Amino acid sequence: MAEYQNIFTRVQARGPVYAGVVDPRTSWPRQGQGGFAHILGRFGDAQVGPIYLGWTGLASLIFGIAAIEVIGLNMWASVNWDPVQFVRQLPWLALEPPGPEWGLSIPPMAEGGWWLLAGALLTTSILLWWVRVYTRARALGMGTHVAWGFAGAIWLYLVLGFIRPLIMGSWSEAVPFGIFPHLDWTAAFSIRYGNLFYNPFHALSIVFLYGSTLLFAMHAATILAVGRYGGERELEQIVDRGTAAERAGLFWRWTMGFNATMESIHRWAWWFAILCPITGGIGILLTGTVVDNWYLWAIEHGFAPAYPATIPPVLDPAAAAMGAPQ
Amino acid sequence: MTPFLRIGLAAAAVGLAGLLAGCEDTTESVQTGYRGTGMVQLTSPEIRAEQARANAIPEPQPAASGEGPKVSELTDVYQNVQILGDLTEEEFLRTMTAITEWVSPEQGCEYCHNLENLAEDSVYTKIVARRMFQMVWGINGQWTDHVAETGVTCYTCHRGHPVPLNVWAEDPGPPEAGGMARTNTGQNLAGVSVGLTSLPYDPFSPLLTDPAAIRVLTPTHLASGSDRTIQDTEATYGLMIHMSESLGVNCTFCHNTQNFGSWTTSTPQRVTAWHGLRMVADINATYIDPLAPILPDSRKGPLGDPLKTNCATCHQGVNKPLLGVSMLQDYLASLGGQRAASN
Repeated sequence: MAEYQNIFTRVQARGPVYAGVVDPRTSWPRQGQGGFAHILGRFGDAQVGPIYLGWTGLASLIFGIAAIEVIGLNMWASVNWDPVQFVRQLPWLALEPPGPEWGLSIPPMAEGGWWLLAGALLTTSILLWWVRVYTRARALGMGTHVAWGFAGAIWLYLVLGFIRPLIMGSWSEAVPFGIFPHLDWTAAFSIRYGNLFYNPFHALSIVFLYGSTLLFAMHAATILAVGRYGGERELEQIVDRGTAAERAGLFWRWTMGFNATMESIHRWAWWFAILCPITGGIGILLTGTVVDNWYLWAIEHGFAPAYPATIPPVLDPAAAAMGAPQ
Repeated sequence: MTPFLRIGLAAAAVGLAGLLAGCEDTTESVQTGYRGTGMVQLTSPEIRAEQARANAIPEPQPAASGEGPKVSELTDVYQNVQILGDLTEEEFLRTMTAITEWVSPEQGCEYCHNLENLAEDSVYTKIVARRMFQMVWGINGQWTDHVAETGVTCYTCHRGHPVPLNVWAEDPGPPEAGGMARTNTGQNLAGVSVGLTSLPYDPFSPLLTDPAAIRVLTPTHLASGSDRTIQDTEATYGLMIHMSESLGVNCTFCHNTQNFGSWTTSTPQRVTAWHGLRMVADINATYIDPLAPILPDSRKGPLGDPLKTNCATCHQGVNKPLLGVSMLQDYLASLGGQRAASN
């Protein structure tokens, strides 16, 4: 068992299924007997189940499946119920929101009513899943950090699909349900509002996005590197700082003069992760409601660089024809 | 690391290097603006060779002497010559020879003429061809902001095909289930006309009839109550992909992409394109759409409108059609813009 040196091991120790703590307050029993999957053991814990479903989990699944049904059937209808085209074109297919002519009114199903219904179902499903994440954490006596991290993502989702369209006064401002369509929508959104790269909240969101991956990589590398000293037993190292924590901290202090602690690195990671959708959502919310052209906004506030002209500037031919600047 | 593993890794590294050396990248990047702004065009010797092959120019017909009576004076030979009667017989015949080679090389004269009576207007294509002459004059005479002195000939679009290979008509899209389902969005299929994106697959119907509607950006930084929607933007985006693919260029040929709408940071080519969009709108509306009553269904789209021009019709993958060679110079008498006045 030379490889069984620490928790980071490919050796799977197999005992009886472990049910974990039993919370007498929960209203539902856990579902399933639990079993083992060797392949999952290569990535995490080999034990699967028993799962806690609960009424929020069950309702969330029902609403979520209903939303996917509405979206998928509308996609299928758009290729005239042709199964071959449905599979071939699936990445291109979408359920579009109502057109601009409908504003915030409720259109007929064929004009975008299905999009509203799918959005309502999906939002209900997501919010119920959030409640489940929150209550399960409470039931285990945990903090609710996961729930609030999830809430950050829900904030961005709601801004894009609900809050901003409400402020703009039109459902048509929302994102279509579809794989390529939502990406093309994103590109068109940036073009329409004068290049989102000049939106400072978009910039912050990217900082936190890439920062999260950097922190994740640094932390994972550090802990793996001190695994031979028991560094993966992070909670023990927090309570009683051992040689792993000492060496991990020293490494970063030597190389960059500053180090996080076994505890603080997780706060860094959590805040970077949650600030990515929070700042992104603020950036989206300001787009079209307050700022219509982010490039011109950035010029106005000295935020975008001005480059020297290398070719003679051209004039808008329409302005020349109509006498109006554009 | 075991010696075996070390040798294996070294062998893999050598193999990878050999593999990379095998695929030599011949892409040439040509900087067209200030450094760091991404104003770059990409080309390669292979692309240029393919473009040269695809844009070979047919030999011009031998030049006419310019002497002899006009066709309109030879009434016992030529009747019903409505638009080219002022040419000499020699010029007239070389023009007819050229147009046959350019437009109907396989079908020959009878593609437009009743061979029993060449003067007759009984074949619809003869009436179309007459209108197309007038269209070419209009382009060469009134749209020099776009075609400059290079001009166009029949060959610019036709390239030996009776119907140019790149045309469009209003596209209702493939059949949808209808009923209660969300339909009629005009997008969200792999759109060949818009570079296989999910963008609106017929950006031509709205935007090539009203090019002013292409503009979607707000010209002020704060929200101004502009009614330009994301759906409008998607149509514009689709049209721009069509332009990019038609000309074999990327966005930065015309735009500094930091701000697509700004003219002061755009290139002069954008002005040329601006006129081109209006030229296309003009020739479709003035010369092609009115032919609908005489065109057979095979020359119309699914909604019954004639097959029309867009950027690809002439450009066919290069930013200057036929790589900028002016075939017009050999046919100024019959196709030159000076004739536009007689339209």
